[in-house]
Amino acid sequence: MVLVEGKNISFSYDFDDSSFALQGVDIAIEQGEFVVILGCNGSGKSTLVKHFNALLRLQHGELRVAQIDVKNEEEIWLLRRLCGMVFQNPDNQFVSSVVEEDIAFGLENYETPRREIPERVQSALALVEMGGYEKRAPNTLSGGQKQRVALAGVLALEPEIIIFDEATAMLDPGGRQEVAKIMRKLHRAGKTIIAITHYVEEAVAADKVILMAQGRVLASGSPKAILTDLDLMKEAGMLLPLPVRLYYDLRQAGVHLNHCPLTDEELVEEICQLRSKS
Amino acid sequence: MSIKIEKLSYSYTLPSGEKVEALKDITCSIETGDFVGIMGPTGCGKTTFIQLLAGLRSPTGGRIYLDGEDINVRGYDRNRLRRTVGVVFQNPEYQLFAATVEKDVAFGLKYNGLSRSEVTGRVRWALETMGFDFEKVRAQSPLALSGGEKRRVAIAGVIATKPKILIFDEPIAGLDPYGRRNFLQFIRGMNQTGTTVIMVSHNLEALAEYTRHLLVLEQGRLIDSGPTREVFARLQQRNNGAFGQTEAQRIVALLAEGNLALSSAIITYDDLLSALKQELNGGGAG
Repeated sequence: MVLVEGKNISFSYDFDDSSFALQGVDIAIEQGEFVVILGCNGSGKSTLVKHFNALLRLQHGELRVAQIDVKNEEEIWLLRRLCGMVFQNPDNQFVSSVVEEDIAFGLENYETPRREIPERVQSALALVEMGGYEKRAPNTLSGGQKQRVALAGVLALEPEIIIFDEATAMLDPGGRQEVAKIMRKLHRAGKTIIAITHYVEEAVAADKVILMAQGRVLASGSPKAILTDLDLMKEAGMLLPLPVRLYYDLRQAGVHLNHCPLTDEELVEEICQLRSKS
Repeated sequence: MSIKIEKLSYSYTLPSGEKVEALKDITCSIETGDFVGIMGPTGCGKTTFIQLLAGLRSPTGGRIYLDGEDINVRGYDRNRLRRTVGVVFQNPEYQLFAATVEKDVAFGLKYNGLSRSEVTGRVRWALETMGFDFEKVRAQSPLALSGGEKRRVAIAGVIATKPKILIFDEPIAGLDPYGRRNFLQFIRGMNQTGTTVIMVSHNLEALAEYTRHLLVLEQGRLIDSGPTREVFARLQQRNNGAFGQTEAQRIVALLAEGNLALSSAIITYDDLLSALKQELNGGGAG
């Protein structure tokens, strides 16, 4: 089932439509897919996903998310519950100074019966592996922990789609791994995951990569198809994943690995194979 | 401008009465013209450390000497310190406030005793250094610029005072690959013209490639320091590389498991590439 279906989406931040942040974008995301949207600063990634839960109003084109027409004002709250979002900066998405109250905030807004709230807060915290932190102040947590609490606030509302808008950009390597691990876990549990990033390493494990440049979708396909395409990645202003870069640089030096590797492990395998042959 | 740090500590008490030791007993020095990286996980005390260096906080123990002078003694000229040490905080673009780009960049020069034409000259220099066309941008509202442009305007405001020491707190977080590289090359350029640079970053590849010395903080303590390559090689040994391993180092470790032992001095991508070229070509494959 297609959960996100957009046709010919265009958007301008200027009142006079003098420059477009999105130009004729078509997009289709299946239920349960793990999609990474890759592109440089200003390529339109964030602008696009902010349409999915109507943080930005659709100006041109069509878009249906979880069977809801995003132009339908009456369903906007349902849409936002079904399509949750975690933002880049871990420090400016908290409304409360106590973790459990922060997570309860969304539930209260959706008029969840009071007696159900503690249980839903608990299970959301358990999902992000932050049980035991209920009474803590968010500002005493690490970056990765803050992002997991922000995610718990989204998960408590039981969304279908979870969007990570560069949610790892400000984190240290440990924090990035924590968030990436939870992403994979949610994906295995059947959630549809949409992650925006310009760290190519984070795109390697996706089901599908959508490459954006200058407000357009440049290409869309498997990580292998997109991330090993030298010209395409260059056009998008992206660096190649290290194993891919090494594959091409070694070729230039006359060393030919059998296949172009995508992960560090594949790279090591290719190198060991080449050595055992010689 | 050399910096000498002796037994530096900083602690505070939470409203609950709990005492937090953000920095414990740090001793190190930073030489004039050096490019020093500071690494460590979130909450390790990096930001507190640079706030102390810039004189924005006072230590609860120990001393900081700038060219031999203790910056925390009564009577030390704090205004001079502010002109000597420039800090570019994380997300500096959030700090823009003036009606025009020119006014924003000029703000820090207000009390420097410069004439009006000198101020304009400095602002022009700072904006051009940051890659702007001065005439084009001077009258624009900084708030109407793109995120990347805002960041460059904010940095122009810091370098306009020509600080001898520049401190960057996570300067490349949130930038795309080319933005990262451009910015790191700009910082390197500032360093090559004699400015001492201190850069806090989570990006291990950037630290490995650009800095000359490294300070590693963990839970408020300085757990390692020295020439960048040596520190990375030592960190690799520590906890089997769980703490601070570049991707090149990770691949070297994986290759070692596959019985291909490469030099432990491989830290950056270029190191790895040349080692593999030699190994694989020399092995008769080429």
